[in-house]
Amino acid sequence: MQQVKTILLVDDDHDFRLQQKVMLEAHSYKVIEAENAAAAIESISRQTPDLAIVDLMMEEHDTGFTLCHNLKKKLPQMPIIMVTGVATETGLSFNVKTREEHRWIKADALLEKPVRAEQLQQEIKKLLKE
Amino acid sequence: MNKLRVLVIDDEPGMRMGVERTLNGETLNFWGTDTLQVLVESAGTGSEGVDKVINGKPDILFLDYKLPDMNGIEIIERLGERANDLIIIMITAYASIEVAIEATRKGAYDFLPKPFTPNELRAVTRKAAERILLARKNAQLAQEKKQVRFEFIRVLGHELKAPLGAVEGYLDLMKAKTLGDNLDSYMQFIERSSIRLQQMRKLIVDLLDMTRLESGKKSRNLVPIDLRKAAESAIELATPAANSRNISISLEAPATLNLMADTGEIDMMLNNLISNAVKYNRDDGKVMVRLVHTADKITIQVADTGIGMSAEEQQKLFKEFSRIKNARTANILGSGLGLSILKRLAELYEGDISVESEPDKGTTFTLTIPASQLAEATAS
Repeated sequence: MQQVKTILLVDDDHDFRLQQKVMLEAHSYKVIEAENAAAAIESISRQTPDLAIVDLMMEEHDTGFTLCHNLKKKLPQMPIIMVTGVATETGLSFNVKTREEHRWIKADALLEKPVRAEQLQQEIKKLLKE
Repeated sequence: MNKLRVLVIDDEPGMRMGVERTLNGETLNFWGTDTLQVLVESAGTGSEGVDKVINGKPDILFLDYKLPDMNGIEIIERLGERANDLIIIMITAYASIEVAIEATRKGAYDFLPKPFTPNELRAVTRKAAERILLARKNAQLAQEKKQVRFEFIRVLGHELKAPLGAVEGYLDLMKAKTLGDNLDSYMQFIERSSIRLQQMRKLIVDLLDMTRLESGKKSRNLVPIDLRKAAESAIELATPAANSRNISISLEAPATLNLMADTGEIDMMLNNLISNAVKYNRDDGKVMVRLVHTADKITIQVADTGIGMSAEEQQKLFKEFSRIKNARTANILGSGLGLSILKRLAELYEGDISVESEPDKGTTFTLTIPASQLAEATAS
């Protein structure tokens, strides 16, 4: 029998967290919630997740970037999906497809909010090699 | 340093040199805050001058009326639209009233009759430069205002989109029957959706209040009102929400407290202060409303026994959309505009609003209005 995979979900939006949690649990993942970067870092000292979903804009506009760096420092093997509404709000667009972009954005995949359930599932499966 | 570009068109080499020697490199100071450095260029014929205006960026044009190839009026005509964004000063020995009138009609700003002294030249230049500087400042101010407005709309758009996104998310989960067929399983989704929609409604209501304040004094209707009565009805309005969490509201005030004010604005003030004190309170808490009238001011004080704020949080308080987000405020409805509305209201009455707070102890908002507002009421 396959072991249940754990996903760390970091977002300051209560509703977004609840919705993602319900969807992930429906797909048999175990979800650990964190409402800010500090709580996320604190939680990985207690339990090592298999994957993290991180919102870009939390306390600061770039909290997600810093958090990704810090998570990767502690858990280099753990894949990270960054979710953001930044492109539609600021017109700023970035991606993590090239090596150059990977140098400063330490996320393995990037999803635009609103996140579609199937799309998120697909990314998770790909990154966890399921 | 900012530059002031001057072009002189004159066929007399002596005149061109004179202007250059007097003005080139000069530094002009204005109001102790602005300086301009003058750069002079010159042209000896009308066509050379027209080229230099069109291809360069002069701010001031000293224009001789009599030139070998064309006269000053013809030059102004050739410049067309470009003549509108520079200041033209006619220089001529044959200054007749007819020429002056025609040149002014075509767009000349000032006249400098030949011969003139270096000081006369400086004075005319200074006067024109001041006008240019004011125009530049106006343009800059308009730009900044546009920027602030744009930023407000951007954040507002985000604040309106967020609750929509949340509600859509819940509807999608329900449509997909993620939690099965039993409606009861979805109660939390429904409750959260309705909280987010109420929040959106509150934001729109506050936005309309704010627009009313922005539209200014035209719609204000100052009448004598009794602040005590106004406070009593604001308390009545907040009572159902307070009762549901067993919060008591007390009022300490003189029997009557008259002042000249707009009823709608005073209601907005009291409702904002009292509903905040209920919202950010703990269950079984207290709200204390005090109205104090001293010789020089009226004080409206609303204290609560609620969740309070850190010093850092207090600093952001009166800024638009700076709602404090943490675990304790996650379920509290707010638009992020209430306190900016209070601040604007206080300003309308030449008053002031301040806050004292301690986390987990409570918060006290104090709004003071100068008694001059009250004197008007007793006089009328």
